[in-house]
Amino acid sequence: MSTQHSTASADIASAGTATSAKAHEPTPKAKAQRRPGQGRTGKILLGLLAWAIALIFVSPLLWMLLTSLHAETDASTNPPSYFAPLTLDSYVNFFGGGNGANPWPFLINSAFAAIVSTLIVLVLSTMAAYSLAIRRIQRWSDVLFFLLSTKMLPMVAGLLPVYLVAKSFGILDTWLLLIIIYTAMNMPIAVWMMRSFLAEVPLEVLEAAELDGARLPRVFVQILLPLTAPGLAATALICFIFSWNELLFATVLTSTAASTAPVFLTSFVTSQGLFLSQVCAASLIISVPVLVAGIAAQDKLVQGLSMGAVK
Amino acid sequence: MSAPAAQSAPAADRPPRVTPAAKPSARERWSKRAPMLPALLFVIVVTQIPFAITIIISFMSWNAAYPDDIAFGTLSNYIAVFTDANLLRAVFVTVGLTVGVVLVSALLGLLIALLLDRKFIGRGIVRTLMITPFLVVPVAAALLFKHAIFNPSYGFLNGLLTTVFGEGAPQPDLMSSSPLLGIGIVLVWQWTPFMMLIMLAGLQSRPMDVYEAALVDGAGPWQTFRFITLPHLRRYIELAALLGTIYIVQNFDMVFTMTSGGLGTATLPYVIYQEFFVAQDYGVASAVGVIVVIASLIIATFALRTASTLLKEGNS
Repeated sequence: MSTQHSTASADIASAGTATSAKAHEPTPKAKAQRRPGQGRTGKILLGLLAWAIALIFVSPLLWMLLTSLHAETDASTNPPSYFAPLTLDSYVNFFGGGNGANPWPFLINSAFAAIVSTLIVLVLSTMAAYSLAIRRIQRWSDVLFFLLSTKMLPMVAGLLPVYLVAKSFGILDTWLLLIIIYTAMNMPIAVWMMRSFLAEVPLEVLEAAELDGARLPRVFVQILLPLTAPGLAATALICFIFSWNELLFATVLTSTAASTAPVFLTSFVTSQGLFLSQVCAASLIISVPVLVAGIAAQDKLVQGLSMGAVK
Repeated sequence: MSAPAAQSAPAADRPPRVTPAAKPSARERWSKRAPMLPALLFVIVVTQIPFAITIIISFMSWNAAYPDDIAFGTLSNYIAVFTDANLLRAVFVTVGLTVGVVLVSALLGLLIALLLDRKFIGRGIVRTLMITPFLVVPVAAALLFKHAIFNPSYGFLNGLLTTVFGEGAPQPDLMSSSPLLGIGIVLVWQWTPFMMLIMLAGLQSRPMDVYEAALVDGAGPWQTFRFITLPHLRRYIELAALLGTIYIVQNFDMVFTMTSGGLGTATLPYVIYQEFFVAQDYGVASAVGVIVVIASLIIATFALRTASTLLKEGNS
C-alpha cells in the first residue's frame, strides 16, 4: 500500500510539469516483473498477436486510404483491384467541388466553431478550476460532481428547447449558436481536467508569489500557465475533437450558412453512382484534424474521456 | 444524487490550499466563488434549463403542424410512447445495442490491454494504431463501413471473401439482413480503443509488490490474474463499462448515417430527432427525452459512485 502511495504522488508531481509520454512507460518495477512458465516463444507469439489485432483494427482505415487513392472505376470492383494505379483524382474532386458542393465553407465553419468554443472553454474552465483547486470554495467537490452529472445526461433531451429558444432569438444557423452549444457541451470535461492539472501545482510556488505581492493576473500568466501548459493543450485538443465530431446539434440547428463538416459528410449517406473513392477521400480529410489532435493528446485522452477519474 | 458520493470522495485528498484564519465573510466567499460562476452558469443555462423545459413540454400536446392546438396538462405523450410499437421497439433497440456493444468492446478492450501491458517490439506503435479507430469522425466511420466495407457488391468484406474463396464465395448483405449487427460492429470498432485505454491505465496502476509476493508464493499466471489482476481491475472495468454506456446510449450518428433509422434500427436519440425534426411532434419528442434522461440518471448514479471511488484511490 505504501508503494502505491509513493508512485501515485510521484506521478502527480511529474504529470503537471511536463511529460505526456512518460505515463505509459513501464515503471522500473514493472520491468523487473517476471512471470514464470512463459518461454521466449510464448512472448514472441503474444507480441505477434497484439500486432495482428492492431492491424485488423486499423485495416478499415487503410482500406479507406487505399480506396481514396484509386480511380472510381477501380474502387468499386469485386474482387477488389488491390494494385490498381494510384491517383489523387478524388482529392482534387473533393476540393474542386467536382461533385457539386464546395467543402470549404463547411470545413471553415467546423474549424471556426470548434476553435472559438475551445478557446472560450479554456478561459472559463481555467477560472473555474482556480476556484476548485487553488483558492478553494466550500463544497467544491459538490460543484465538480454536479458538473460531472450534467455531462452524463444526454444533451439530445434538451434539443427541442434549445432549438425553440435559438429560433426566438433569431440565431438559428449561426456560428454563435454552435459556439454556445459546444462551449456548454465541453465545459464539464474541461473543468474536471483543468482542476486536476491545477491541483498538481505545488502550493509553495503560489505562496511565494503571493508573498512577493504578485497579483492574480500575474500569477496566472507567469506561474500557473507555464506549469499547466501541457494540461491546457490536452484539454484543448479533447474539446476540439468533440466539437469537430458533433453531428446532431449541427444537423438540427444549422441549415446552410453555419453548416459543419460532419453535416457535409451526411450528403454521402445515399449512394450516388460511382462515388466510393470520393466518400473515402472526404471521410479521411474530415477525420485528419481529429486523428492528428487525438494522436498528439493520446496520453491525456483517457483522462479527458473519464472526466479525470483515470489518469 | 451526487452529494453522498461527493462528500466521501476527493474531499480528504489534501489540506485546503488557503486556510482562512477566521470564518470568511460573505464578501470573501463570493470573491472566491466568482471565477467559477461563469462556467457554472453557462452549463446550467445551456444544458440544464432545457431539460426542465423538456419536462414541461412532455406534458403538453404540441405538434408544430397544428400551432392552434396546443394544450397543457396531458399524459397523452407518455401514453403514446408506451403504446406505440415503434417507440417501444426503440427502447429495446437502444438497450440491446448499448449493452451488446459495451460488453463486446469491454471484453476486447480488456484482452488487448492485457496484451499491450507486456513488453514487445513496437508496443508504442501498436498502441497508437489501436486508438486510431476511435479518432475517426463518427459520421466518417459510419460512411466507411456502410459503403466501402459492407456494401454487398463492391464492399471490402465481400471483396475479401471473393479474393480468398474465389467466385462461389458467400456474399452477405449485412446492412439489409442484420443492420443492427452492422451498426454494432462499427460502434465496437470505435469504442474498443476507449475501453482498452481505461483498462491499460488500470493495469499500469497495479501495485507490483503484490505480484512479487504472489511469485514467491508460487502462484501461476492464471491464479495471479484471477486473484490479483482482476480484483484490482474491477473498478476500472466498471468505469469503462459505465462511461461507455453513457456515451453509446447517446449515440445518434451511426443510426442516422447507416440506416436513417430504417429496418427497425431507430434508437431513442434517433426517435427524439425524428419526432422533433421530421414529425414535428414536440410533445412526444419531449416525452422520449424525459425517458432517456431518467434512464441516464440511473446509469449515471452508478457511474458517479465508481468515478468517486477511483478518484479517492488515486488521490489518497
